[in-house]
Amino acid sequence: MDTGSSPKERVVTDQDAQNITRVEELAYELKISQVMTREIRSLTPDMNMGDVLDIFRSQRVSGAPVLVNGELAGILSIEDIIRALRAVDLASPVSKYMSSQVMTIHDYDPVIEALKVFVKSNYGRLPVVDENNKLVGIITKGDITRGLLNALQHVYHEEEVIRYRASHLFEDIISDRTSLILRYRIKHGDFTHGGNASANIKRALLRLGANPQIARRCGIAIYEAEMNLIIHTNNGGTIRVEIEPHQISLEAYDDGPGIPNIQLAMQPGYSTASEEVREKGFGAGMGLVNIKRCVDDMRLESSTISGTNLRLKIFLREKDAFADVSQQGKETKK
Amino acid sequence: MTLQDIIQQLNLTVLTTPVDFASVQPENGYTSDLLSCVMSGAKSRGIWVTLQAHMNIVAVAALLELAAIIITEDAQPDLATIAKANEEGIILLSTAQSSFFVCGKLWEMGLRAG
Repeated sequence: MDTGSSPKERVVTDQDAQNITRVEELAYELKISQVMTREIRSLTPDMNMGDVLDIFRSQRVSGAPVLVNGELAGILSIEDIIRALRAVDLASPVSKYMSSQVMTIHDYDPVIEALKVFVKSNYGRLPVVDENNKLVGIITKGDITRGLLNALQHVYHEEEVIRYRASHLFEDIISDRTSLILRYRIKHGDFTHGGNASANIKRALLRLGANPQIARRCGIAIYEAEMNLIIHTNNGGTIRVEIEPHQISLEAYDDGPGIPNIQLAMQPGYSTASEEVREKGFGAGMGLVNIKRCVDDMRLESSTISGTNLRLKIFLREKDAFADVSQQGKETKK
Repeated sequence: MTLQDIIQQLNLTVLTTPVDFASVQPENGYTSDLLSCVMSGAKSRGIWVTLQAHMNIVAVAALLELAAIIITEDAQPDLATIAKANEEGIILLSTAQSSFFVCGKLWEMGLRAG
């Protein structure tokens, strides 16, 4: 076993990547004003360092802005107090120890701007000013972490709601005939993305609350259709899926070159795939056979002039239907 | 029999991010290098033995909800394929042995066609 010493290092999974991206996105979306602390304890330059020490200790803060007539004059941090302590100089005024060259940030800036400053400098906090350069708050790394966590939790909650909503889609929307249509453009020769459309369709069906067996049958049928578009077309094609409470209609169409002999194409084991494609494991001549096996109805039309059109249907029995079919007006069959 | 036992006994290399293999219990096995045959023949939660190593094996395994793919004769999937497998939760294992050898061993261990 060499799982431990395997030369293949741990790959960042897409889930990881997705989470990172989401936080990064949030850092751009969230405004400083949304995460900053508004109620700030400010100091004046004439206060003595000993009093400030007491304020910091009682309010559990590690820094505060220094104001003169409401204008920002400096900033004082716990490090400045430590310097005063070391010099046994707590009786001196704040003005002696504060940093007066203060970098500020605007409340309308995105959080990422504050992050950039924190990364580049060793500042622990930044005073936040409005467009008139009036002090409106203060922002620390802790504020940002808290803000991002809150936002992420909110996003997570929203996704839960979406999933819940999706599974009730057909019950929530009342019409004489409701359907959801998904379309996917498939490029010729795009083996790298082969299977993406089918995976997405299967996922959509599961989100809508489909029976897993039915989602699997759809997935297999569409996978084969998808690979046919990738392998056998001139310019790729389109997959269109129409989901209704009582049936799923799948369509794959392209503009050529068409199938000269459909009967032959339907024969198990018959394939026109090139040697190169066969080496990849395609071209077993089982694609259309597999599709037929997975669906309830299959229509294949093709011409060497206009291309190929494959239409499939999966009927959902009452227990598998996406909604109580009897409520869907016209759809009542029994 | 768990995937952990299989990995140990067949001395397989784990290509994807390790998970708790002892909690994965493959229910059946299947072998073919033709993807459409796998599509029609492989059962869910099974092990698929193949010497194909390109991206599309992951799509097939994900659609079929297979437990793992054992890639034989040292065929090497590229990094994108491994990343995709991690994303889809498909376990990729590899070995220098042939598909025939691997299937024989799996059968000896008690795995059946399903």
